[in-house]
Amino acid sequence: MQTHQYDVVIVGAGGAGMRAALEASGEVRTAVITKLYPTRSHTGAAQGGMCAALANVEEDNWEWHTFDTVKGGDYLVDQDAAEIMAKEAIDAIIDLEHMGLPFNRTPEGRIDQRRFGGHTRNHGEAAVRRSCYAADRTGHMILQTLYQNCVKQDVEFFNEFYVLDLITDHDLSTEDMADGAEVNATGVVAYDLATGEIHVFQAKAIIFATGGAGKIFKTTSNAHTLTGDGMALALRRGFPLEDMEFFQFHPTGLAGLGILLSEAARGEGGILRNSDGERFMERYAPTIKDLAPRDIVARSMANEVREGRGCGPNKDYVLLDLTHLEPSHIDAKLPDITEFARTYLGIEPYTDPIPVYPTAHYAMGGIPTNVEGEVLRDSHNVVKGLFAAGEVACVSVHGSNRLGTNSLLDINVFGKRAGRSAAAYSKTASFHDLPADAADRTIAQLDEMRDRPEGERVAEVRKALQETMDANAQVFRTKESLDQALADIRELQARYKNVSVQDKGQMFNTDLLEALELGFLLDLAEITVVAAINRKESRGGHYREDFPDRDDTNYMLHTMTYRRPATAGDTVDGTVENYFDHVEEFGDYKIVLGSKSVTQTRYEPMERKY
Amino acid sequence: MTATLDTTAEAENKPAAGEIPSFDVTLKIQRFSPEVGPDPWWDEFTITVHGTDRVLDALHKIKWEDDGTLSFRRSCAHGVCGSDAMRINGRNRLACKTLLKDVNPDKPIIVEPIKGLPVLKDLIVDMEPFFASYREIMPFFINKGNEPSKEHLQSSEERERFDDTTKCILCAACTSSCPVFWTDGQYFGPAAIVNAHRFIFDSRDDGATQRLEILNDKEGVWRCRTTFNCTEACPRGIEVTKAIQEVKRAMITRAF
Repeated sequence: MQTHQYDVVIVGAGGAGMRAALEASGEVRTAVITKLYPTRSHTGAAQGGMCAALANVEEDNWEWHTFDTVKGGDYLVDQDAAEIMAKEAIDAIIDLEHMGLPFNRTPEGRIDQRRFGGHTRNHGEAAVRRSCYAADRTGHMILQTLYQNCVKQDVEFFNEFYVLDLITDHDLSTEDMADGAEVNATGVVAYDLATGEIHVFQAKAIIFATGGAGKIFKTTSNAHTLTGDGMALALRRGFPLEDMEFFQFHPTGLAGLGILLSEAARGEGGILRNSDGERFMERYAPTIKDLAPRDIVARSMANEVREGRGCGPNKDYVLLDLTHLEPSHIDAKLPDITEFARTYLGIEPYTDPIPVYPTAHYAMGGIPTNVEGEVLRDSHNVVKGLFAAGEVACVSVHGSNRLGTNSLLDINVFGKRAGRSAAAYSKTASFHDLPADAADRTIAQLDEMRDRPEGERVAEVRKALQETMDANAQVFRTKESLDQALADIRELQARYKNVSVQDKGQMFNTDLLEALELGFLLDLAEITVVAAINRKESRGGHYREDFPDRDDTNYMLHTMTYRRPATAGDTVDGTVENYFDHVEEFGDYKIVLGSKSVTQTRYEPMERKY
Repeated sequence: MTATLDTTAEAENKPAAGEIPSFDVTLKIQRFSPEVGPDPWWDEFTITVHGTDRVLDALHKIKWEDDGTLSFRRSCAHGVCGSDAMRINGRNRLACKTLLKDVNPDKPIIVEPIKGLPVLKDLIVDMEPFFASYREIMPFFINKGNEPSKEHLQSSEERERFDDTTKCILCAACTSSCPVFWTDGQYFGPAAIVNAHRFIFDSRDDGATQRLEILNDKEGVWRCRTTFNCTEACPRGIEVTKAIQEVKRAMITRAF
């Protein structure tokens, strides 16, 4: 076992982690721990762009961007945070350009901008050109540019190190902390994939930037490695997760595969059609049609299929039609995604429309933070020395549905803020002693999993989880479907206790890691479904057929999900004003649902029409 | 609208995903584990796959259903993260971008780790030497002028000049396909030169002279023998050899 000491430790090297690293590493001794190589992170798969009201090509301003973000999130967005994001977007784009990012250009040599779903002029009048982009590989260019600047700044990386525990001075999973009581994050425990060795990192400040958890679903645009590690670790250590019922299904995944085809395809003029050749979005969103926000488009597509207007032999997808666009325009603006259609489906997008269907894409929820990136341990108490940014976090700037491009924006704005906050905090703080047994829980967990007698296969349990989530907790949900999903997950949790690994070695034991990742996925799927059962309304990405309307009277609140020992009380924070009245008992633990109020500044909730 | 309907009907006549009948395929995979022994060995696996499955799907099926010890890197599974470069039937490719039906599945498909980098376990190689070369060419934007308050101006033509080399995902398929790199591990290799090219030809960047100096080294661009393996190997379709030639030319003419 090795031990390390850093002022700031960042877990995850995608966009948020590396943006934070660029802030922190210049100020204090900083380490970045990543389970991949930094350039493998899934930020690199983002395609369409990053919105900022630069007004380079037409009139625009950050207030319109704020409004679109709030409305796009179906008013569950914390409006102060959305305002910060939209305002700081402009500097964030300029920062990236100054770091060398090769944006596409206007004829005048400025950063070019294009249309994107839900981004409008003057509070919904028409689509606006707000997305700054680099062909259809904007995320790739952001990831590369941030990594290049980390190389320039000599940021210290621990590649292929897998963080398996978060150390705090109070165990929130068992202790009830009084309001205002101090809780400190003091370190993390990591597993070196190459050697199997355990490393303990002591830190004054820790930033979680571990990304999303798309692998709880079968059809997803997410990487195999997006298993929600940071979220699940926080949950297990007694921290709440916020708004986990809100998962975004991106409308245009390649049918049957889930590989993402950017909304930029529609921003550049692409049209969705059903089996009648009809541009069906005209019926669902008469003003901005195919450029409605993702939740609306995904639901409309699923509805077309359900009502028998799907395409293909099984009538189970719709078509993304680019055939009216000039091939040269497609090549210039959408080269990668058209290549995906050719490679994986054998479809030539110049001449044939592309089969598409919604694919699980983005977790709106996550570890609750304030706008400085500080993690909350309940509705309002901050944990000292713990920060989170990016998809793992919930600020909440996305509310119940994220607008396209706002994730690349989120990682840049709040990655920077978290890095800056963590560095500033570490300058004033001192190291806390780590307990002598800091790594014991992790070592025991690894040994136990490695030494299990032959049991069930990890892949079988994972497949069953992903299938029930796709069948029962996707675009359309009902109490019955969610109850079914929860029953299935409970059974799979039991089966998980008997899974075993074949690889008993120390080096590059990816078999063992997949087993641990499955544990994270099960815990997160469970939380997602419990929160979805509890929210008896439809809002943004969460659509309940049995409660099809938004219910602001009862549900204009963030959900806070806690995992507590079965013996603990049913309350988690005596000062919270309003609880969802719900506790799920699961044998040795229970899930308690609390709430957190939504910050509203200038926008009154209105009916959401496009 | 009629035209669209016709193309729709036409698309539906083609076999769709999942409709292509499944078939059996044999993968012959080079294995190695220092925990097992000092020498590599070969394992053969015969599995049933679908027509749209990729080599990565086959590797997963083997790992998940048959041999959990089989080790390889992967992440995004659609050709953008660069984790799963490997040698498939003697050619460097990304496993997630290579459809089984396209690599002559009637015969055993040979899967080996990429060459020229130390093998650590099965298909996993040590990427550190590769990234060390990358870091040496100063792969970051250098601008010495006063920073504008807004963006630097750049014309579309200037932006287009280095577009091709911005596509690089650092998968090492090019570098590990290069015979010069196989015999001389000190050679910077195509990927590092591609990334130098990305900055040398960026009109906003002021570090070209320094980078050209680095690449003028005896292990630099002049080692390139123009075998075009790298261009053929690149899963992103970058014209790697052309980029190297452009860097060579810039070194002579000092024009970039």
